[in-house]
Order: sequence, then structure tokens, then C-alpha cells
Amino acid sequence: MHAEGIMNLHKKEEFDTVIILPAFNEEKNLPPLIENIRNKIPCADIVVVDDGSADRTARAAEKAGAMAIRLPFNLGYGAALQTGFKYSLMKRYRYVVQMDADGQHDPDSINLLLEEIKKEDADVVIGSRFLSPDSNYKAPFPRRVGITLFRRIVSFIIHQKITDPTSGFQALNRDAVRFYASPYYPVDYPDADTIIMLHRAGLRIKEVPVLMHPSPGRKSMHSGLKPVYYIFKMFLSMFVTLLRKDKFEKRIIKKEDIPYDAPTKDIRH
Amino acid sequence: MTLQQRIFAISFSIALFIIIIDLVRRKKLREDLSWLWLLTGAVIILLAAWYDMLLFLTRLIGAVLPTSTLFLFGVLFLMIISLYYSTKISSLHDQVKNIAQQVAILQTELQRRDRSS
Repeated sequence: MHAEGIMNLHKKEEFDTVIILPAFNEEKNLPPLIENIRNKIPCADIVVVDDGSADRTARAAEKAGAMAIRLPFNLGYGAALQTGFKYSLMKRYRYVVQMDADGQHDPDSINLLLEEIKKEDADVVIGSRFLSPDSNYKAPFPRRVGITLFRRIVSFIIHQKITDPTSGFQALNRDAVRFYASPYYPVDYPDADTIIMLHRAGLRIKEVPVLMHPSPGRKSMHSGLKPVYYIFKMFLSMFVTLLRKDKFEKRIIKKEDIPYDAPTKDIRH
Repeated sequence: MTLQQRIFAISFSIALFIIIIDLVRRKKLREDLSWLWLLTGAVIILLAAWYDMLLFLTRLIGAVLPTSTLFLFGVLFLMIISLYYSTKISSLHDQVKNIAQQVAILQTELQRRDRSS
């Protein structure tokens, strides 16, 4: 298993799919997760973006056979994720899956997302924890209220039913990745507002039911005054996104604005 | 406005002026940031020296005392300066983020190439 992992690092060009895991102090959780992903999806590269962890997250990821990008200091979830997107643009991956490293997102669902994105009728496939009938996802009450609120707003604005706008479990094609790598990507809390931006940028969004587990210790993102800031930021971000529609669409079409650019379709085939 | 107040305001703003120019001379302050401070100093000198202008402004904004006009403009300038700094910090923050991302990616790429060669 280990030797195979090293091989994959060297023959990178074989795969057109990459799974990006932004990780902050996940030394313990990562190796089993990477192993699990590797078994379920052998034909994909795994890139861990170590967001300036204090422990040996990057080392653990490399040992488990993933690629590790180590940020020099902590930039936050969104910026770490964006690093992965920039990397996958540079490496010209066709499909990118983003998922959390804390075990909240079930690797079994990656294939569902990939199958859907490979149909090429959507640029972003969002994994929804609420779509599947046997969903046992139980979020704390305030979080559920928040999700419901943003679900309503997002669905209303983009005229499309979105059940899980706060999901960070997504599959993207190159068009979407290019957008995510652009300066418009909200790097502090990429969330419900991102979906509106995607819609405004003319990208097609689809939802697929996925399995999510309540994460064991998610203190970093939703505790203390963070939810208040979060809701405020989300409203502000959505509001200004609506204000800048025109400029926005032009920007995303103008490809030279974004580094690491390459023709989107048919790079490899 | 008493003579004392005027002397104080004028000497203070002249000192501010000199300090700013010296900072620019010693390359401690970039020219593009100094203009706001120089403008602040110039306006304080102007208002303190030209009393009629200050009286006119006081009447214009509906203040009672000319000194409060001076203070008001001082506070306004500070607010503008800090807002300007906020935008600067935002863009610096963005640049640092982009550089950190680039460095991380390049480092990874470099290591990968080292290992495979």
C-alpha cells in the first residue's frame, strides 16, 4: 500500500481526479481516512492541504500516500481549500472533490459525486446530507435553524432547490475550480454565499444525497460568537454578491484574470 | 478661539508636518501613505491660521464653538485614515494569503521533483 502511494505521487499524470482535504491538526484522523478513500477510489490523487498545523499533519498525510501541501502559517479553512484548487488548476485535473478531513464526510459518497460530475451536465455537484431518505444526520438545533434559513434564501435567489447550502462536500469540474481559485472565492467561510456566486457566474449546480456523520469535535467553526459573525458575514456576502452581478460575469469569462489557466475541456483526451 | 489654542494647534500641526516629511525622507513611510497625513496637517494649519475660514465652517456645520469644528475635523480625518488603512490591510491580507498559497504549492512541487529525479 505504501509503495503504491509513492508511485502515485510520481506518476501523477495518470489520474484526472483529485480529492482535496484541507486539514488543521488532523494527524490522528488523516491516515485512516486517506486509507479509506484510497480503497474506495483507487483512481484519484489525494491532496491534503495542511493549514499550518501544530502537529505533523503533513507528514502523516504523506506517509499515508497522499500529497501534502503545507501552508507556512494558518490561513483558515477557505484559504486552505483554495490552495488545493489552485494546485489542481496547475496540475490540470479535470475533476476535483473537496471534503473535510475530520471524518464528517463519508468516503463512500465520493463516487456518487464523481459519477454525477462526470455526466458533464453540472459544474458543481453538492453533496446534500438532507436529500437521502435514510439520512440520520442530526445537527444541533441552532445549526439546523441556520441551515434552514440559508436554504430558503439561496433557493429563492437562484431559483433552484438547494437542500444543503452549507455542505463542504462537493465535486467540481474545471470551470468551477477556476472560479473557486479566483479572487472572488470567499476564503473565510465559503458557504451559502458561494452557491449564489456560482449561480451568478453562470455555473450549473446540482445536488446529490450523501452520507454525513456528525463531526466529533467541531469547535473551530461554530462556537462562541462565531455563529453570530457567521450569519452576519453570510448576509453581507450574499448582499454584495447580488450587487456586483455584471462585473462578476465579465470577470469569470475573462480568463487571463486567473492564474494557472488552461483550456477547460479536453485537456487530457 | 484663544491665542493659546491657536499657537498650540499651529505648532502641533507644523511638528506633524516635519515629522511626516522626515519619515518619508528616511524611507520609514511610503509616499503613497503620507499624503493623507500631510493633508491632515495642512488642514489643521489652515483652520488654525485662517480664523474666518474656521468661523465660516463652524456656522456651516452648525457648531457652537470654533474649537469643536477643529475637533470634528480631526476626528473625521482619523476616521478616514483608519478606513483607508482597513482597505490597505484587506488588500495586504489578500496578498499575503496568495503568496502563502503560492509558496506552499511551489514547495510541494519542488519536493516532488527532487524526489522523482
